[in-house]
Amino acid sequence: MIVMGIDIGSVAAKGYIISSGHHHRTIIPTGWSPREAGQTIIDQLLDASRIERDQVERIYVTGYGRVAFEQADKTITEIKCHARGIAELYPEVRTIIDIGGQDSKVIRIGEKGQVLDFAMNDKCAAGTGRFLQVMATALGLDVSELGDAEEPGEMQMISSMCTVFAESEIIGSLARGNPKGGIIAGLHQSVGKRVAAMARRMGIREQVAFTGGVAINPGVKRALEEELGTRIIVPEACQYTGALGAALLALENR
Amino acid sequence: MADYREMWADLGMDLEKHDVLCEVLPEAFGGIYLAQQDRPKGMDFYDFVVSEIHGVRPAEMLQHQKEGGKVFGTFCVYVPDEVVFAAGGIAAGLCGGSQFWVSGGEKVLPANTCPLIKASVGARLDKTCPFFLIPDMYVAENTCDGKKKAWEILAGEVPMHIIDIPQMKRERDIDAFEAEIRDFIAIVEKVTGNKITAESLGEAIKLINNKRRALQRVYNARKASPVPISGKDALLVTQINFYDDPARAAQMANSLADELEQRIENGFGVFPDNAVRIMVSGTPMAIPNWKLHHIIESLGAAVVVEESCTGTRYFENLVDESASTLEEQIRALAERYMKTNCACFTPNSARVEDIIRLADEYKVDGIIDTNLQFCNLYSTESHLVKQSMNESNLPFMHIETDYSEQDFEQLRTRVEAFLEMLRK
Repeated sequence: MIVMGIDIGSVAAKGYIISSGHHHRTIIPTGWSPREAGQTIIDQLLDASRIERDQVERIYVTGYGRVAFEQADKTITEIKCHARGIAELYPEVRTIIDIGGQDSKVIRIGEKGQVLDFAMNDKCAAGTGRFLQVMATALGLDVSELGDAEEPGEMQMISSMCTVFAESEIIGSLARGNPKGGIIAGLHQSVGKRVAAMARRMGIREQVAFTGGVAINPGVKRALEEELGTRIIVPEACQYTGALGAALLALENR
Repeated sequence: MADYREMWADLGMDLEKHDVLCEVLPEAFGGIYLAQQDRPKGMDFYDFVVSEIHGVRPAEMLQHQKEGGKVFGTFCVYVPDEVVFAAGGIAAGLCGGSQFWVSGGEKVLPANTCPLIKASVGARLDKTCPFFLIPDMYVAENTCDGKKKAWEILAGEVPMHIIDIPQMKRERDIDAFEAEIRDFIAIVEKVTGNKITAESLGEAIKLINNKRRALQRVYNARKASPVPISGKDALLVTQINFYDDPARAAQMANSLADELEQRIENGFGVFPDNAVRIMVSGTPMAIPNWKLHHIIESLGAAVVVEESCTGTRYFENLVDESASTLEEQIRALAERYMKTNCACFTPNSARVEDIIRLADEYKVDGIIDTNLQFCNLYSTESHLVKQSMNESNLPFMHIETDYSEQDFEQLRTRVEAFLEMLRK
């Protein structure tokens, strides 16, 4: 059976195709149209696996763009998909921290990868990829450069959780001549603190996995490990966990 | 809608601004309400009331005033309506439930005030709601700090009487509330010029009890599976009962209940019988706040009960009708109103017991506890509610939100994930 899982996030759209044991995956920027992004993902996956559209049995779609995408056989929340994806990769994980472009989530899962409880940030951008993106711009960097640019030894604390205030705090910090690497370490700590507070409210059970685009950033991983006092697993394809979960749920027809 | 422009102009309303509201409401109502399948016939009345929302009932109130009667605007289920009706007055709940009025309130209130207070103050100051302009007096109460101070601002606009609600439920607190009712009687008698007698209060007690009994029948029907009425429709019934004529409210709710009971007999429902059943608990949803119910029901789950002031808290307890002297009646009123469990009391463990009992009676699969943003009382209490629900193995989620649409997608994801958990 051939199935697809597509995760249309606010920043990136990810896709996974599973066909008789083989799989392909792809990622593109979502851009302004989640619908077009979803279509591009389907085309790319079909190309890569040399399969026709009508050979695909089921397409499950997740992520914030799921609602606008008509080709979905079923839409499922990111929360359930991340849980299913991680259960496949690391069955011993009981807590998932997912930080994406516009929201962050903490998901507690059971032995079979079922969602037991979850918490999600509300409409504020603090503790999300968006927060880091705005700060990176203020520092004259691309968000992908933050992870390697931090210098924890010279950490400059960022006291403000609010994206708007934190941005002016950074500009002030730069003006005082503080090193960029230290400011970046402070930013990572700020995200870590915010998300760790949400995780502690729900209760952390080991092991802990970290997924979503922000998980690529080793500085945020380090900050979360320090805040939570536990080792954190980051899957090699951390951005694809939701798409993988959607594909697996499609395979299982759940 | 019939033409009420002259009436609105006479009330001193800002017609231009009000037109904006009149334009958006029908569209919202059409999408959220009229698009539902298999609605009970009995909802026609409530649809009509919404279609004439700022016309038909305000016109009745103005007619009442023309005939020498008085109108009292209220903001809380602790205000004993019986007293007003016993003196030949009309009591009408005024709470604002639309984002439309929020910016008007923000002109004078701090940003971290709940949307219900902002909308209520804004509706009055912006002169965009007839209900807020008609009353001869506002009857308010001190159930939270935000309201307490907002009334001081509104007192510059309209005569205001504040009922002091106790914060605890000891015997002496019930005595204190009894004294508040006596003061309220004196005020209402003065404003209306009518004396309240044991006979008139006894009749008013029956009048309001009958409305409560009718609402109880509607809610009892929601205990059935498949559920014969959507949560959205039931919420609308309660919302309109806040300000409609109580005798008509009872009559309409009773005929709706007749129809729902017939539906149950026929096994007919508006959701499949395996639909997830949700209880919404927490802060009130003033008309036209249908946001959370709409999100939940659009995702295929049924809201079967509201533990809130626009739900069971409004009608669950009756006033003892056997009281025959004014003395006994006032005591009976005090005892009835002090049974209502709001987070403004400490401790408030009886509310948690209510939620557990309702979860069983209405056979709910999960509880969505919600509070309006910046409602410190309900958001803090939510921690204790969650603890008790965990101990009782009742799936639970807490949502804080306001009247705006900006968190709609995130709320949808959270509610959908909660429903996925319940459907496993």
